[in-house]
Amino acid sequence: MNNLRRNVLKGAGAAGAVSVAVMAGLLKPGMALADWNKAGFESKDLNGAMSAIGAGSAAASGDISVKAPDIAENGAVVPVEITSNIAGTDSIAIVSEKNTMPLIADFKLMNGAQGFISTRIKMGSTSNVVAVVKAGGKVYKAHKEVKVTIGGCGG
Amino acid sequence: MKKIIVALAGLGILMGAVAANAGPEEDRVKVTNYFKAKYPDIKVEDYIYGALAFDPDSKAQYNSIMEFPPYTAEIDKGEKLWKTPLKSGKTYADCLPNGGKMIAGNYPMFDNAKGKVVTLEDAINECRKANGEEAYGYGDPKTMGLLTAYMRTLSDGMKMNIKVEGDAAQKAYEDGKKTFYSRAGQLNFSCASCHVDGAGNRLRSELLSPVIGQATHWPVFRGGDNLVTLQVRYEGCNKSVRHSPDKAGSTRYNNLEYFHSFMSNGLELKSSVFRK
Amino acid sequence: MAEPMKIRASMAGDTAEVKCLMNHPMETGLRKDAKTGALVPALHITNVTATVNGKTVLDAQWGGGVSKNPYLAFKVKGAKAGDKVMVSWVDNTGDKNSAEASIG
Repeated sequence: MNNLRRNVLKGAGAAGAVSVAVMAGLLKPGMALADWNKAGFESKDLNGAMSAIGAGSAAASGDISVKAPDIAENGAVVPVEITSNIAGTDSIAIVSEKNTMPLIADFKLMNGAQGFISTRIKMGSTSNVVAVVKAGGKVYKAHKEVKVTIGGCGG
Repeated sequence: MKKIIVALAGLGILMGAVAANAGPEEDRVKVTNYFKAKYPDIKVEDYIYGALAFDPDSKAQYNSIMEFPPYTAEIDKGEKLWKTPLKSGKTYADCLPNGGKMIAGNYPMFDNAKGKVVTLEDAINECRKANGEEAYGYGDPKTMGLLTAYMRTLSDGMKMNIKVEGDAAQKAYEDGKKTFYSRAGQLNFSCASCHVDGAGNRLRSELLSPVIGQATHWPVFRGGDNLVTLQVRYEGCNKSVRHSPDKAGSTRYNNLEYFHSFMSNGLELKSSVFRK
Repeated sequence: MAEPMKIRASMAGDTAEVKCLMNHPMETGLRKDAKTGALVPALHITNVTATVNGKTVLDAQWGGGVSKNPYLAFKVKGAKAGDKVMVSWVDNTGDKNSAEASIG
């Protein structure tokens, strides 16, 4: 997807790049060149993922709550709820430290959206689930360990 | 007989009713009292949550996922199957009592005319055959599974209400009870080994669910994704304990489900639920 | 994927609580097909946006680590009953989906 973007931007001026790409057959109509942090999402370790989202020097904060199970019922669907009580929260990201690709999701919040995200994530093994919060130009983090087992009664 | 019972009792095996002709209701009360005594802090009605009744962390995950389950699209597919008319132009609602609503707790029932136990899935297939369609594969998650994943929710909140009336019904019940309490297979477990004696304990990392309440909550969506019906679970569980399984829909499994469901009489049904 | 997503939106005091259930296989690209042993290609939502009365409130990037048939809940202060919430997603193949609901 990035190569396509690079070629499109190389081959056309800033204006009309998308229509040029469509005409050149490089871009199917309706396919958006949305922003996607490829380096971050394909990073294979915690530090890489954290740097890629600008959280390399995030400060631990007690004003972020990471609600997640002690022991996941099923690692494919682990409920995670992050609440940030830090004033001016404008971004929440979720990182699962031991996942093959730790960066799970990165949410920008604006126009009244509160510091709250609830979702379900995949975890391959016992790991810290890290919440990265940005507010007022600063970066903060908190985490909770979630144990993941492989059950024996599947049938 | 008495020596065997004493010996088995010594091994910690509960044989349920001792007298050969003890009624199903006596059996149910006996095993319910066993659990009330063993776990006085757990409400009997909470046994519909199985192992989750013993573990708040698991129950909280169940609550979270059940608020908006990931398999709602599958239930919608089941609803479409339910509402689509059969070849004759009739619908399932035309075949089944009360239009299919609040009836699941009456199944399995003993059909004296047919001389056998009839499950809800059997009744659905009878409806199909009577209206120009082929029977669904009893254990097929894509047809019977999806259809019952929706259809059974029409009975959510109904209390299990199995009846065992007459000698033939009693015989089928006793057959199911025997299956439940008999040790078999390579590991020599009976259903009771885990789901009576071991219930509430852990077998490696798994919390064992009790027999009471167990038949109230099917099908389940394991991991929120994998649709498993009760008799397909019998197959899986048999395999797990190295006991050659029957095929879902067999006489033995139908009789087992008859006994198994009776043990949950009075407890609330809720279908298509999340499990690990 | 064409399956419609479901949105539930209701007011709690001065804050709208929005809950969505999307339908998507969310393949990471790391999973092996049980039968063939071949890697199942990555197929997952990459971007999610949410608007209230046309104004963007949430703009997210996702990887394959979000669970299959994703659930997402968020809160918007200052929204009112009757306001329109729209949630849209795009995946790595360009497939997309969106749904709208009135805040109840």
